[in-house]
Amino acid sequence: MRLITHNMLQCHVKGCNANNFPLELQEVVLEQEEAELNEDFLRNMLGKIEYEALVATCLKLDINDLPAAMPADAAYNDEFLQILHRVILETHIKSGKMVCPNCQHIYAIRDGIPNMLLAEHEV
Amino acid sequence: MLPTPDLSHLKRQDYQFIYEPAEDTFLFLDAFEDEVSYLKELNPAISLEVGSGSGCVTAFVGKILGESNCLKLCTDINPKAARATQGTAKQNQLSVDIIETHLTNGILPRLGGKIDLMYFNPPYVLTPSEEVGSHSVEAAWAGGIDGREVIDEFMPYIKQLLSPKGVFYMVVVNENKPDDIREIMKRDGFESSIVRTRLAGREKLFILKFVRTA
Repeated sequence: MRLITHNMLQCHVKGCNANNFPLELQEVVLEQEEAELNEDFLRNMLGKIEYEALVATCLKLDINDLPAAMPADAAYNDEFLQILHRVILETHIKSGKMVCPNCQHIYAIRDGIPNMLLAEHEV
Repeated sequence: MLPTPDLSHLKRQDYQFIYEPAEDTFLFLDAFEDEVSYLKELNPAISLEVGSGSGCVTAFVGKILGESNCLKLCTDINPKAARATQGTAKQNQLSVDIIETHLTNGILPRLGGKIDLMYFNPPYVLTPSEEVGSHSVEAAWAGGIDGREVIDEFMPYIKQLLSPKGVFYMVVVNENKPDDIREIMKRDGFESSIVRTRLAGREKLFILKFVRTA
């Protein structure tokens, strides 16, 4: 699971409707996998990423390369796009936990796949 | 003609646990082949396959879209299917992000209005209601009454998930009452068309396409 996907996931326990994003990563095993840089793809993603959540998640993982705010010229800022590429597309979470900051529900990541399934009473 | 994705990493015994591509899958591929120029024009930023199973369809659509221009998300409730999709993506040199979940749980409301391309080959087979809700291979086909129980559960989410330019494709059979499905979607603000239809044994299959009414 790449960090970009983590940025798309949100707690969906019944009644947990606020402060439920981003899920906090714990005990994660990370792996860097090289991928081809595609600037058009990154530009496509700029409007889809929740940037503040991404930066907060990265800081907790000791990934400190991203600027606190997205640069105004992000779409044509080569240096920024390269960092973004490395962080969201080359950083994979192999295993770990994602904890809801609100209800503390734990979602597991195994074999690089996040498991968002809930038990029946939680739906 | 585009080649069928390479599924050679999946073995006979894998198909005890995941749905093996069959007539419905291949009709879906044919429909996407018909849609190549439409999909290229659409240039989706995020695509989502609900219930990706072996990953065959996502690998095919991935090839149409090109490697990196679209974030390709998949979901499946069956952990073995999720792993199969992951393997199929790798086998076909595609980046696909798979989430183990029921339908689209865990990505709404976060991705509300952000999906440009979504597709679903749902469990459409008529079965007793008790057979719906499995996390194993039965989840790929058991559709309950009229084969509509999972389809009906999912339909209300479509208008929440799709972007303004978004498109949704779905496989159905005659017993699912395609006209009724299209009528429900019309009330949700979607116009629909039939991309492909085929008689496969006893099943009359349809590939439906939905876009927001202009």
